[in-house]
Amino acid sequence: MEILQNALKALVAREAIYFALLAIGLNIQFGYAGLLNFGQVGFSLLGAYGIAITVTTWGGSYWLGLGVGLAAAVVLALLLGLPTLRLRADYLAIATIAAAEMLRLGFRTPSATEITGGTQGLQGFSGEFYELSPFPLDKKYHPFGILFTGQELWLLTVGWTLVALLVLAVWLWGRSPWGRVLKAIREDEDAARALGKNVYWYKMQALIVGGVIGALGGAVQATATRSVDPDTYLPIVTFYAYAALILGGTARPLGPVIGASLLFALLSVTDSVLRDLTTGDNPVISSDILDSQAIAATRFVLVGAGLIALMAFRPQGIFGSRTEVSIDAK
Amino acid sequence: MPSNDIRAVDAAREAKVAAARDLSDVSHEPGVVKPDAILVVDGVRRQFGGLVAVDVDHLEFPRGCITALIGPNGAGKTTLFNLLTGFDRPQDGDWEFRPTADTAKKMRNVPAYRVARAGMVRTFQLTKALSKMTVLDNMKLAATRQQGERIWPSLLPFLWRAQDQAIEARAMELLARFKLDTKAQEYAGTLSGGQRKLLEMARALMTEPTIVMLDEPMAGVNPALTQSLLEHVKALRSDGMSVIFVEHDMDVVRDISDWVVVMAQGGVIAEGPPDVVSANPHVIDAYLGARHDEALPEVELGAPLADDAEAVREEIAAEIHETEKEAGQ
Amino acid sequence: MTTREGLLRWIIRALAVLIVGLSALAVGTPANAEGETLSGRMVISQTNEAVDGVKITVTTAAGEPVAALTSNKEGKFRTPLPGPGSYTVTMDPKTLPDGIELVDKSAVTKNVDVEPGGFQAVAFRLTDGSSLQPEKETQVFQLLFEGLRFGLIIAITAIGLSLIFGTTGLTNFAHGELVAYGAFAAWFVNVTLGAPLWLATLVAIVAGGALGALSEYGLWRPLRKRRVGLISALVASIGLSILMRHLLLIFVGGGTESYDVPAETETDYGLVSATQRDLIAMMICVVVLIGIALLLQRTRIGTAMRAVADNRDLAESSGIDVNRVILMVWIMGGALAALGGVLYGWTLDLRYDMGFALLLMMFAGVTLGGLGTAYGALLGSLLVGVIVQMSTLVLPNDVKYASGLAVLIGVLLIRPSGLLGKKQRVG
Repeated sequence: MEILQNALKALVAREAIYFALLAIGLNIQFGYAGLLNFGQVGFSLLGAYGIAITVTTWGGSYWLGLGVGLAAAVVLALLLGLPTLRLRADYLAIATIAAAEMLRLGFRTPSATEITGGTQGLQGFSGEFYELSPFPLDKKYHPFGILFTGQELWLLTVGWTLVALLVLAVWLWGRSPWGRVLKAIREDEDAARALGKNVYWYKMQALIVGGVIGALGGAVQATATRSVDPDTYLPIVTFYAYAALILGGTARPLGPVIGASLLFALLSVTDSVLRDLTTGDNPVISSDILDSQAIAATRFVLVGAGLIALMAFRPQGIFGSRTEVSIDAK
Repeated sequence: MPSNDIRAVDAAREAKVAAARDLSDVSHEPGVVKPDAILVVDGVRRQFGGLVAVDVDHLEFPRGCITALIGPNGAGKTTLFNLLTGFDRPQDGDWEFRPTADTAKKMRNVPAYRVARAGMVRTFQLTKALSKMTVLDNMKLAATRQQGERIWPSLLPFLWRAQDQAIEARAMELLARFKLDTKAQEYAGTLSGGQRKLLEMARALMTEPTIVMLDEPMAGVNPALTQSLLEHVKALRSDGMSVIFVEHDMDVVRDISDWVVVMAQGGVIAEGPPDVVSANPHVIDAYLGARHDEALPEVELGAPLADDAEAVREEIAAEIHETEKEAGQ
Repeated sequence: MTTREGLLRWIIRALAVLIVGLSALAVGTPANAEGETLSGRMVISQTNEAVDGVKITVTTAAGEPVAALTSNKEGKFRTPLPGPGSYTVTMDPKTLPDGIELVDKSAVTKNVDVEPGGFQAVAFRLTDGSSLQPEKETQVFQLLFEGLRFGLIIAITAIGLSLIFGTTGLTNFAHGELVAYGAFAAWFVNVTLGAPLWLATLVAIVAGGALGALSEYGLWRPLRKRRVGLISALVASIGLSILMRHLLLIFVGGGTESYDVPAETETDYGLVSATQRDLIAMMICVVVLIGIALLLQRTRIGTAMRAVADNRDLAESSGIDVNRVILMVWIMGGALAALGGVLYGWTLDLRYDMGFALLLMMFAGVTLGGLGTAYGALLGSLLVGVIVQMSTLVLPNDVKYASGLAVLIGVLLIRPSGLLGKKQRVG
């Protein structure tokens, strides 16, 4: 029962919101336009630090900070897109992953401690957000038998509303002529170009919009944890988001959300099961064989194996249709 | 229906006659000046490393005609296409697009998408049907100046729905003409090779072009479809468009083109009406792969053509006369 | 001050102020009557300021605790030892004041061998984040040298990445893991099985080649057969990278490891100082790289590799067994990656995630040189190695990798085809 409840909580938890937002951004870039942004975590870092630095370091307002973070994401997208969007897809992949790592190293260096808090990160910047909460912050709520504090509930409400609005936007975009151009670019950008579409600019738009949504994800995550820590913005986060996106199905508005929720529910279940097996009086697996670090690592092993299996057998995702893919074979 | 077909055939014949009349006074030398050119190429040169892929001194494509661009493999036809449509950049040269008789646009350094918007649309040797989009979406994509293609208006369907419906109607009309209307909702990836060629041509027409540039439209198409493709190409001329197409098959060229430009080793070695050109020994040489250690000097090319010119012109005049008589009946 | 003195001062600082200083102290002091002693001092390299309150634990090689120490006001710590033998000294980086950290963050643990009656000094290099500034001019040459050493290791690993890209079109994000697996294969043979390092290196190379072949047989060839697109394959390579890296974490743990080799002091060669092991590693790199060049230029399989990279269809139609060539490329790439990993471990600590940091450096090198060109990868990697090391002249040590990544993005901005790459059609 506890396993199920953990899984249920993971379905709606802030982690799921975070990865859903990252993956929604990637869906526009990768799913619709075919762009390989491997530095989504860098955009998320900017969204988070935008608030943290504006509020904690400079004493500005939370909302100004949110704006700063999103604006920084636009700048990063322009900076990365300008040189690489005319080139083969891998160049963007390499440039984005490098830029994200560079940002992380730059933000965590002790020489930048005065601004970014160095390796310690920054805390205490989300007060203004929680002041708006209609739920008393410390009150306990039990929807569906799962325990949430008022603080959590407020964040989850805002977070999931944001996700819902963005899913709606992606749905509208996907059915619009704009979305049609993106799909055409994904299929064959020369064809789109020959039909008078400014491919470069469309790709840039997709990169910017997806990056800004990634930054929103970072902002939500930082607000939820009330802190930023440079070492949570590791490249693996981006790949988690890809795993969520591909699991849920690319180029579908709901794909990233289903994927993120499912991924975290699955991980939560495996985690609980493995921990159950290794603890207690008479563990099935001795904790000498599988310590807690190894359990954490096992989750990643499963994510990795899942990504390979999906790409090999169901590149359209769990819920994707088979027809689209069979066309590929021709 | 039959009367419609007859009318279409008539229209095509008339267009051919008109085109032939326009060109009947033009001499048959490479780089000759045409009375009403739609695309004028000057000194365009493209090198890949040490290899000269294209080196065209002067070339004019006539308006309202079907011009064939022929030549052996590696002659530089597709490269010239790529250059003219902005998909490649030359080291040197200029070209001018004249959408109407008295407007002219310099096209060098114009990006491919702007070339298409200006009215020069192209297709590709290997068809670029967008497989994971429906046939109808392929068509609708090509329409220009769509409100809904802008990122923010696209979120508000009421801003672009009316235009989208008009585009869809036009797309269905064109699909019907190309006998693809029953496939409208299917993924383009499910079409046969020939159908993809048709779709690509139909899609190009959605941009409402002035010049249609077809890169080997018949390549890989089964013979049953060839004839229908040819008719569609002729219909473009009847609708007032200029067509430039790359082709290998001399029979096809003879059948539908008004003017033929022959390329070899990057340069233009001969120009003229199809019959004249196919009789030119240098063209035959080039096709049969006869070895010339140096590029053929122009004088040498000009001479035999000039000899034949009188005869051919008479032939054409006779043909025109005959056609006019038929049309008059 | 004479140059000679300047050099000496620099060597003292750059290596470890403490080792030299305390060894001198040890020579000056008669051997401790009580027997073996271990001592050291916590001091910031830049300012020579003492750091107190740092917790240090000393254990025997078997893991039995010997002493728990804390550095005093002068930054010193000292403990008698129960006898000669191997000890492990571990410092707790969490007890360092804010903004102060180890120069090499992975070097929290030191292994020392104490001779009978010995006085063992232990040095932990600390930094306040500002750049280390010993004698500038000698440092330039030293960093250039270290950059070349690092660059050669990147080059050895990147050539495989580049060849795989050239022949199959795959940007292999799991290439860093081939490096890490090679390094740890040697570690297993060397430390766990107790074999000498040269043998461990050879075993690792063979294992690396086998791993390359395995990934081609087990994953990439089937994926090609299923006509999985290049982008899907790229995503699969990320999956493979995540999978391999965390499997390694499960088996070797998250700490740092190093090979079981005697500590070696650096020899002063005038402008630069280096250990013999460094020099041997560099020579191996140079010899191997020349060997690869000869293989590509002179042998049938090398020619076939270049042909497949140049135009796969043409190569296939002219009778080359493309699958066999690709298999050879994977074997070669895997073996080279493993060799690179081992040579990396000859001087630096191993960690389960070392491959990823190296992968980004490989990408930087390969892109700088020109994607898909073997010689470009070599040149680009050397430059990236040098740039990364030299950047510490002006940047804090812990962002030196960022400078390599900055180069990568800069190249993409200015000359995306790289230094030796063919200019690709853009637009």
